[in-house]
Amino acid sequence: MIRISFSKYCKRKILYKQIFKEINDLVLDSIPIVSILSFFIGGVVAIQMALNLESPLLSKTLIGFATRQSVILEFAPTFISIIMAGKVGSYISSSIGTMRVTEQIDALEVMGINSLNYLVFPKIIAMLLYPFVITISMFLGIIGGLLAMQLTGVPSEAYIEGIQSDFDGYHVTYSYVKTLVFSFVLATVPAFHGYYLKGGALDVGKASTQSFYWTSIIIIIINYIITQLLLA
Amino acid sequence: MIEVISLHKKFDQDYILNDINTVFEKGKTNLIIGQSGSGKTVLLKCLLGLYNINSGEISYDGIHSSEMDSNNKLKLRREMGMVFQGSALFDSLNVLENVRFPLDMLTQLDIDEKNKRALKFIERVNLSNSLNKLPSELSGGMQKRVAIARAVVMNPKYLFCDEPNSGLDPKTAIIIDKLINEITKEYGITTIINSHDMNSVIEIGENIIFLKNGNKIWQGNNKSILNSGNNEVNEFVYSSKLVQKLKGS
Repeated sequence: MIRISFSKYCKRKILYKQIFKEINDLVLDSIPIVSILSFFIGGVVAIQMALNLESPLLSKTLIGFATRQSVILEFAPTFISIIMAGKVGSYISSSIGTMRVTEQIDALEVMGINSLNYLVFPKIIAMLLYPFVITISMFLGIIGGLLAMQLTGVPSEAYIEGIQSDFDGYHVTYSYVKTLVFSFVLATVPAFHGYYLKGGALDVGKASTQSFYWTSIIIIIINYIITQLLLA
Repeated sequence: MIEVISLHKKFDQDYILNDINTVFEKGKTNLIIGQSGSGKTVLLKCLLGLYNINSGEISYDGIHSSEMDSNNKLKLRREMGMVFQGSALFDSLNVLENVRFPLDMLTQLDIDEKNKRALKFIERVNLSNSLNKLPSELSGGMQKRVAIARAVVMNPKYLFCDEPNSGLDPKTAIIIDKLINEITKEYGITTIINSHDMNSVIEIGENIIFLKNGNKIWQGNNKSILNSGNNEVNEFVYSSKLVQKLKGS
């Protein structure tokens, strides 16, 4: 499927139009939900850290440090991607699946158009901007933690000092490597379930569920493999 | 003209089409009829090239399918138009954009020329007042008319219609049948229609092929079908009370 998606290209102008449409549907439309989730979960992570670091022997800067590490290493790239498997993944599988059951894909094929290139390739390209969404998630997660600490009474200076301490740029690189791989999984696994769907309207819903199931599992397994390779 | 020579098609070990030999003539409305499961849709998809055949040959105006490479097959596809059973219009595009879609995708014409051509066919199917409507805002009959306009906008040599009037009321079904028939004559297209609607058979069946269990049982036209003398054809044709009455009168 991926090989055919990258062959027999449609007209460049049409593809550009499709890519911009997909950037809007898959990337820009995801920003609000990702922002809300990241902000509040960042806050919850910071509160839970504070709760577990009550000992006067431990520095309050550890709260900022631990929140930053949790958000950058795991929460933003991995858990947001699993949430995106629900939002973006079900959108992709159901939109392509509906085109399959209503014979729109057959119509493209009969016209002599490479339907995989027209439908799947723009989604893969659009998802290359997915790390931008994860950057927003990282930023808002940490900001959420800061605000939660202010409300809890932990000094902002300690939290800020914590998020600056022992910063390792390699962790951010690791996070973006994961994000790029996940973006490919998020575009292709649901597209596969939608494109090769057989049956009717009911099966569109089933394909959507299946795509969420498999995308999540693949993301979690890839997450482990990349972590083993890059951090172990 | 499309000639089918000893065509066989099987799925797994079951033959769906057995030794089909026939000719679909140019400028005529050719009908493939038969009960559900008789192999009509499979035959249509073989003719469209959506299914590969297991043995036999399909000749498109003298060019044999077995001699075509992928480029020639692509070229052939672009000479085909198809009206799907459910219209298969693109949900996010309005009427004008749907009809213009093949021109946008496959030609280098400028936008004015593309609009001019699309509008000509939209006018032909009497939908000039619905240019900006989305498929969801159209009735079933209107959707079929848009599908017909989209299928013929590239001036195809071959037009395929899969049960074009299914789900339509009898009056609209007749309008769609007549429209397809008129366009076939006007542009000299080889039109092949899949149908089990006896109204269509009687109205526009200039060349009719009757399939049963994947076999070609009978071939004739709308005049000869009522007196085919073939029991299997009669069983299909006279299952309609209307046709029984017609025969009686």
